[in-house]
Amino acid sequence: MSPHNKIDLEPPVLTHLLGLDGVPEPVITEILDTAENFLAVLERPIPKVPSLRGVTVANLFFENSTRTRISFELAEKRLSADTINFSTSGSSVAKGETLLDTVKNIEAMKVDVVVMRHWAAGSSKFLADRIDAKVVNAGDGTHEHPTQGLLDMLTIRRKLGALKGLKVLILGDIAHSRVARSNIFGLLNCGAEVKVCGPATLIPREAESLGVEVIPDLDEGLKWCNVVNVLRLQLERMSQGLIPSLRDYQRRYGLTRLRLEKAAKDIVVMHPGPMNRGVEIDSNVADGPWSVILSQVKHGVAVRMAALFLISGREKDEG
Amino acid sequence: MSNFRINLQQTGWHCLTDERIAFIGARLIDPQINLDAVQDIIIESGRIAHIGKFPANWQGERIKAAGNIICPGFFDMHTHLREPGFEHKESVLSGCLAAAAGGFTGVACMPNTDPAIDTPGIVQFIRQQAEGQPVEVHPVAAVTKGRKGEVLSEMVELAECGVTAFSDDGSPVASAGLMRRAMEYAKMLKAVIIEHCEEPTLTANGVMHEGAFSTRLGLPGWPSVGEELAVQRNISLAGYTGGRLHIAHISTRAGAELVRRAKQEGMNITAEVTPQHLTLTCEMLTGYDSDFKVNPPLRETEDCEILLQALADGVIDCIATDHAPHTDDEKAVEFIRAPFGMLGLETALGVIYTKLVLSGKLSLTRFIDAMSVKPRQILNLPAATIAVGAPANLTIFDPNLKWTVDRNKMNSKSHNTPFHSWELTGRAVGVVNRGIVWMIKQALLCYPEQSEVSRPLFQMSASLRSA
Repeated sequence: MSPHNKIDLEPPVLTHLLGLDGVPEPVITEILDTAENFLAVLERPIPKVPSLRGVTVANLFFENSTRTRISFELAEKRLSADTINFSTSGSSVAKGETLLDTVKNIEAMKVDVVVMRHWAAGSSKFLADRIDAKVVNAGDGTHEHPTQGLLDMLTIRRKLGALKGLKVLILGDIAHSRVARSNIFGLLNCGAEVKVCGPATLIPREAESLGVEVIPDLDEGLKWCNVVNVLRLQLERMSQGLIPSLRDYQRRYGLTRLRLEKAAKDIVVMHPGPMNRGVEIDSNVADGPWSVILSQVKHGVAVRMAALFLISGREKDEG
Repeated sequence: MSNFRINLQQTGWHCLTDERIAFIGARLIDPQINLDAVQDIIIESGRIAHIGKFPANWQGERIKAAGNIICPGFFDMHTHLREPGFEHKESVLSGCLAAAAGGFTGVACMPNTDPAIDTPGIVQFIRQQAEGQPVEVHPVAAVTKGRKGEVLSEMVELAECGVTAFSDDGSPVASAGLMRRAMEYAKMLKAVIIEHCEEPTLTANGVMHEGAFSTRLGLPGWPSVGEELAVQRNISLAGYTGGRLHIAHISTRAGAELVRRAKQEGMNITAEVTPQHLTLTCEMLTGYDSDFKVNPPLRETEDCEILLQALADGVIDCIATDHAPHTDDEKAVEFIRAPFGMLGLETALGVIYTKLVLSGKLSLTRFIDAMSVKPRQILNLPAATIAVGAPANLTIFDPNLKWTVDRNKMNSKSHNTPFHSWELTGRAVGVVNRGIVWMIKQALLCYPEQSEVSRPLFQMSASLRSA
């Protein structure tokens, strides 16, 4: 269904990592397994390998990001890649240069891999069609954020053993969330079940076409799931008239300790960050026994190392 | 004009200047007079001088046309010629060339130029640019000054200089109150209001049809209900004011059903549909190719089917291209940022003929009716008919000619066709209008002294590339 993720199987080779839509389970498993190896590397006294020595990675951030950018930079350093960073704020086109020209100029300096965060859906596909460097999507608008999806899956797998058959509830602003899409595509491709929960104004009308079920009631969702992935509520959704107030949102969809206790079962709580404490998630949940939020951050570095490593096409002898 | 002829020669087209021209052995079809017969047709001094068996002693240029269809000239009532203001995308001349290449002898060009077509001076300027071409250009003037949706344009003066239709196309007239006044005022002038039906508060950031694919691609949706509401609003206003409403590029099944119901109730409204909305769907956007970005957006297969049914049974009156040229540079940006629009003039005939006529979904007569007869009726323009004494306004097309669309070989200045690499059957080989005959070079000409044996006068041109 998704022609834009070009992947050759046997052996699984990632040409680009643009999204998880259409990426088959063996490829995802390969990335996650590789990430496990890198997690071990990260535990070493000197947490660094020479795997990407001589490989140049450009981190292009056309939208504000702190943790994803840092996570990628750290992953690249741990792999001994040479890195350059380019960031520009928001959707500014004041300088008049097109995205394509900007990237072609950077690529001309001999760059092997481009990691790009951009506000426009489809922008990483757009680049991948037009440049020679490998492209890793670090979040394209409201489309996908594949490394976030992968790190969430790694976190779940490490915590609960396997993905197949697991029940994952994604909670919040599904309509505008690239994290939700990458999680949905990746998890479904790996045999997990996914349901989404949130106010009707933040759930796409056609959500079910993605292969997920919509559960309007959070308590029911919690009763059903093994894992709840809580999405960040962008504050601008209020000014867009999609929710009346944070308070009103929190009343029905805020993840509180009370709700988790009412579900009376083991539930793993995840959040891609940054969190609005007291809105979509309460502090005593985020910092409580359910939470694996800081593991997610740690796993992010390993997953990005794995993605960069596999994309670069280097042999595995140096791991 | 002479410069343009040189341009024509380079592009694989030949301009015949003879006063006396005969087409031998073509199938003549004119739905207005139930004509469908293989006949010779003679044109003298720009008029149809003779229909029927070719007189043995006739002197003049003969064009062997067996196997071709000759019909009243196609008219595209929805074209963007981009001049003045956006000549890097298209000019009146390049647009005329594209139109002729697609078999059109007339176009109505939309007013979203810079400045907008809202004064007689601009109307006259555009007409002047098209002088001497076999393609008539009828500017559609803006409903509101500058297409700003604030105050009505000076419609009386514009109508006095020959404008028969008003539209703010590119944008809807957002205010219902203003639309009411526009319909009332235009009614007084017997002019038609052509409306791009879009409820802007529902479509604000939408770049593609809202549905499963927009959800998957993470692109902001332009929901069908955004068209449905606007169509209903405008039908209601047309009913209330008695004004003449024409609905541009209808794209949804709901919109088509509203038009059907209104017509059943006897309302005098009309509607058009584009080849792209009949043959392409939103599924084609999965590669984020901005050549598929158009407004209204490509919908779903069911919409295509219902639109086709409505076209076939006359609920939708005509086919219009919404030819909207943009340069590759303008299109080669983030999908969300790319401009809406796709080329249409050069592919309309081939796409509709191949996909709808050859497949038996649309009759050949209804196709010609929708391409040539109905648009002129809607715009109150003189009919083009195949009758002795009538001005020769004809399209000649070869229904068996197979060709492949190549975005790099367009006569338009721009290349943004969504039909690139489509293999089509049916292509225009010539147009006749205003006393001018344009024939593609591969057409056959024969002379009296060789009346039994025809020969190609020109080498087949490999390229129709614009100079």
